[in-house]
Amino acid sequence: MNPLKKFLNSTEKHFTGSGKLNRFEPLFDATKTFFFFPSPKVKHTPFVRDNLDLKRYMSFVIIALLPVLIFGMYNTGLQSGLAKGETYTIFKSLLTGARFVVPIIIVTYAVGFFWETVFASIRGHKISEGLLVTGLLFPLTLPATIPLWQVALGISFGVVIGKEVFGGTGRNILNPALTGRAFLYFSYPVSLSGNIWVAGNPAVDGVSSATALAIVAREGQTITSALSDAGFSLYNLFFGFIPGAIGETSAFCCLLGAVFLMITRIANFRIIIGGISGLILTSLVFYLIPGGNDSWLNAGPLYHLSAGGFLFGISFMATDPVSAPGTNPGRWIFGFLIGFFTIVIRVANPAFVEGIMLSILFMNVFSPLLDHMVIRYTTSKRIPNV
Amino acid sequence: MSEENPNYLELITRGIWKENPVAYQVLGICSALAVTVKMSTAIVMGIALTVVTAFSSLIISSMRKRIPSNIRIIVELAVISSLVIVTDQVLKAFFYDISKQLSIFVGLIITNCIVLGRAEAFALANKPFDSFFDGIGNGLGYSLVLITVAFIRELLGSGKFFGFNIIPQFIYDAGYQNMGLMVLAPGAFFIIGLLVWLKNSLPGISKEER
Repeated sequence: MNPLKKFLNSTEKHFTGSGKLNRFEPLFDATKTFFFFPSPKVKHTPFVRDNLDLKRYMSFVIIALLPVLIFGMYNTGLQSGLAKGETYTIFKSLLTGARFVVPIIIVTYAVGFFWETVFASIRGHKISEGLLVTGLLFPLTLPATIPLWQVALGISFGVVIGKEVFGGTGRNILNPALTGRAFLYFSYPVSLSGNIWVAGNPAVDGVSSATALAIVAREGQTITSALSDAGFSLYNLFFGFIPGAIGETSAFCCLLGAVFLMITRIANFRIIIGGISGLILTSLVFYLIPGGNDSWLNAGPLYHLSAGGFLFGISFMATDPVSAPGTNPGRWIFGFLIGFFTIVIRVANPAFVEGIMLSILFMNVFSPLLDHMVIRYTTSKRIPNV
Repeated sequence: MSEENPNYLELITRGIWKENPVAYQVLGICSALAVTVKMSTAIVMGIALTVVTAFSSLIISSMRKRIPSNIRIIVELAVISSLVIVTDQVLKAFFYDISKQLSIFVGLIITNCIVLGRAEAFALANKPFDSFFDGIGNGLGYSLVLITVAFIRELLGSGKFFGFNIIPQFIYDAGYQNMGLMVLAPGAFFIIGLLVWLKNSLPGISKEER
């Protein structure tokens, strides 16, 4: 038995039952199950063949997020270097990026964990593993330049208002990470929109660091040529060598994560495929409508798919099992409408450059209704009991 | 509450705290969202509503034995709207700027559920002076919530207190920003929700009977 386990076992009696520290039982439990498998084991049949619990669920999402995270750090460093007129090596880019990204992640986890502990202690439920994913998703949706106190405020809002007021993990109607981001977006628009996407160059002037979606073509120019003029060729957009929020730039890494999650059946493929087809169909319709050559109206499905945070959102945020519908037809509709609304917000609403955050939150609200309608429909098709 | 032994103080505190119209009965939310961006409008709105509720309760209660019950809503609304129009005219005459900022919301006191709610729930069944103090208590309770919400929203949303900048420049220089959400109506929703949560979790006084 290793010393850590010994220590945990010997201190367990203080936390459980009527021990002195039983207020902190959730904290103890979280520490213990973080290192070891949950101890209560089933001794009688039926045995569970595949023990897919929340913990494994969440760790698989973390694994799927790793490429996104590492590329995000690399790209943050790379963009920061490019803004200074230098091309960093891979290693230097990673290090520079880590200097911006790691503090954001640490603050997110520390503050989020604090709130989880407070609520778990007061309510006597267990600290949920959901925070591990929320706390990684949230920083990846932010620009690297965001002030750390806003990060702390955002994750507090996400965890408390997005999740705990509804009763904790499994009862939230909205995705907590996106709730936090939406809060920051509307509270501090200065920090989350405009020319803020490149980190670490306050002294450099004249560097346009708008995201691809904010690009507007000049007179007589098509949107695609305007994009490649600004450095947003389809190749760059797809692989993500562009300024943007930390985790969203690389469509490729998001796809990797999405495929991994779909193969391991952590994420439901219906939501992801439905979302992508919704986006492709809707952007195709806008593409075929004549006119609007100089705006994102006419950018076509490939550009819409690669630019912005759509793939990140649909792979990691929309597939959150709690806030997505639980029926299969409901999942198709849910995904499809997310894709649809993303495009509609992007091209038809001048107030918001990117639509994925709002469309996921919007559809989150509707997912219980979708489930309800699907169930009503299936029961109405049954042959009535005679 | 006993009719024989009216306790005016208790009537008032019950309206302010225990059965606070916004936090407990969840009435009058609409205007609470609309007029709480600034302290000055919130206070004027609170006063206007307190006056209207108190006097409408007093008048309706003194007529309560004469009002036929099948047309009582019309009678109540006639009393309330006369009072609201008087209040509106007084505001226009003496506080023109604020009355312009409050715009339609003074007129909408007519439809404010608190006024009619108190008339229906209390004034029709109690003596005039009890009703008067009940109206004052509920009006003050409404004002309390409005002023608290407005204080938080004005402070966080625009860094001001009664229109004066109170957050010093060096804090802005250090990277502080005003919270844009607080200026929008959803900000008031969140604040009211959090206030109700806070009030309900305070021990003792306001525990819901289960």
